[in-house]
Amino acid sequence: MDRILRTPAKLEDILDLEAGDFVSLSGRIYTARDKAHAAIRERGAPVDLVGSAIYHCGPIMQDGRVICAGPTTSSRLTRYTEEMLDRGVRIFIGKGGLPGDSGLIRGRAVYLAYTGGCGAAAARQLKAVRSHLPDLGMAEAVWELEAIDMGPMIVAMDAHGRDIYEEVRSSVRTRLAGKTDSD
Amino acid sequence: MYANINRQDLVEAAADCLGRAQIALPPWVEERISKASLEEKNPVARSNLQAMLDNLRIAREQEVPICQDTGLAVFHLEIGQQCSIKFDVNSALAEAVRLATRKVPLRPNAVDPISRKNTGDNTGPGVPWIMTEVIEGETVRITAFPKGAGSENMSVVGMLNPADDPLDFVVREVAKRAANACPPLFLGIGIGGTFDEAAALAKRALLREPKEGPLEMGLLSRINALGIGPMGLGGSNTALGIRIETACCHTASLPVAVNFQCWANRSASALVREDGWIVS
Repeated sequence: MDRILRTPAKLEDILDLEAGDFVSLSGRIYTARDKAHAAIRERGAPVDLVGSAIYHCGPIMQDGRVICAGPTTSSRLTRYTEEMLDRGVRIFIGKGGLPGDSGLIRGRAVYLAYTGGCGAAAARQLKAVRSHLPDLGMAEAVWELEAIDMGPMIVAMDAHGRDIYEEVRSSVRTRLAGKTDSD
Repeated sequence: MYANINRQDLVEAAADCLGRAQIALPPWVEERISKASLEEKNPVARSNLQAMLDNLRIAREQEVPICQDTGLAVFHLEIGQQCSIKFDVNSALAEAVRLATRKVPLRPNAVDPISRKNTGDNTGPGVPWIMTEVIEGETVRITAFPKGAGSENMSVVGMLNPADDPLDFVVREVAKRAANACPPLFLGIGIGGTFDEAAALAKRALLREPKEGPLEMGLLSRINALGIGPMGLGGSNTALGIRIETACCHTASLPVAVNFQCWANRSASALVREDGWIVS
């Protein structure tokens, strides 16, 4: 189903989504990747993250414009999932999912998959507002962006415990095992 | 007689290749993504493949990089035996990377591996990485092959037991690693040689179009039967092409390297001659 989301998101907005839904998102979002997560743990968050969307992304910015801004691999950031949830994050956006975290986000947040490598398309849906933690550098800073119909994204992990990546991984394991048995 | 290669020509050609590689994929790469989008049945997979094709159109129209991970700069130089190069190629190609970083623009990705400090201009010790080959002729063919971390991080070298099946190893590793490498993938596979030679073979395999030989096609169908699909969300297109390169190895060894390449299989080439350079 095609869904529209706005930030800040309420819990009921999140609970309404199911794995496999197509979503477009509007409102403020914040980029954060490896160094930003570590800095937030150490120094605290530079912005209020209640109801927020965190975009696992290290964009190319130039003269106050978003040039290219597709998702980065989220699995590197699973060590921070719980902390981000405690800070009120309701939406994680990235690629590849948060392996092993579907129990953690259950009833609290969703994970939206933006197609990896599609930075040129994403840049057209994002306007730069300001940067936080600019000392981390272009790719690692927290960029506050205004999303305008950002999508299509897929609800890859919903707030009800479904995780499409895990379903695919489990079916891959079965297919591999089947192959070995018949060899 | 030797053909004198001018430093400025190599710098300009290299910067141009690196820029072009970021903005448009080689036509054969886009054709394979397009074909996959027509064949794919899974609606999520179809949506992802369509997003890739839309993104390629936008990057071309707006002349911006396809992906924000503009990679670590890798150059492949095929140097004609009749060429004379009387300058430091490393510094010339570093200059080209700095030029492209400002002009395209590229994201500064190069960091010191220990301090993790960003050098700010995509160059530094060992970067750009330059592969060379000496061939017949009096021209230098340069290929820019920017390598993003998403797929490079999933790459692997296995020092197998000679009794192991190298293709089984590839299928198992792809099953484990493909989802995070931005599939549908191109796979460069090096079998044999030494530890480093296997990895070099795998990277060189990615510089050429995939092969349709029996080994490659058999492996491709085994990998696509896994159902990992575009972006790891399920589907019948996990890999779009494979090339296997082999070298003899020690009788006690079986090195196997798998270099993962995401769907945005970026590269661009130019020919540098005594009288200038042209797009190739």
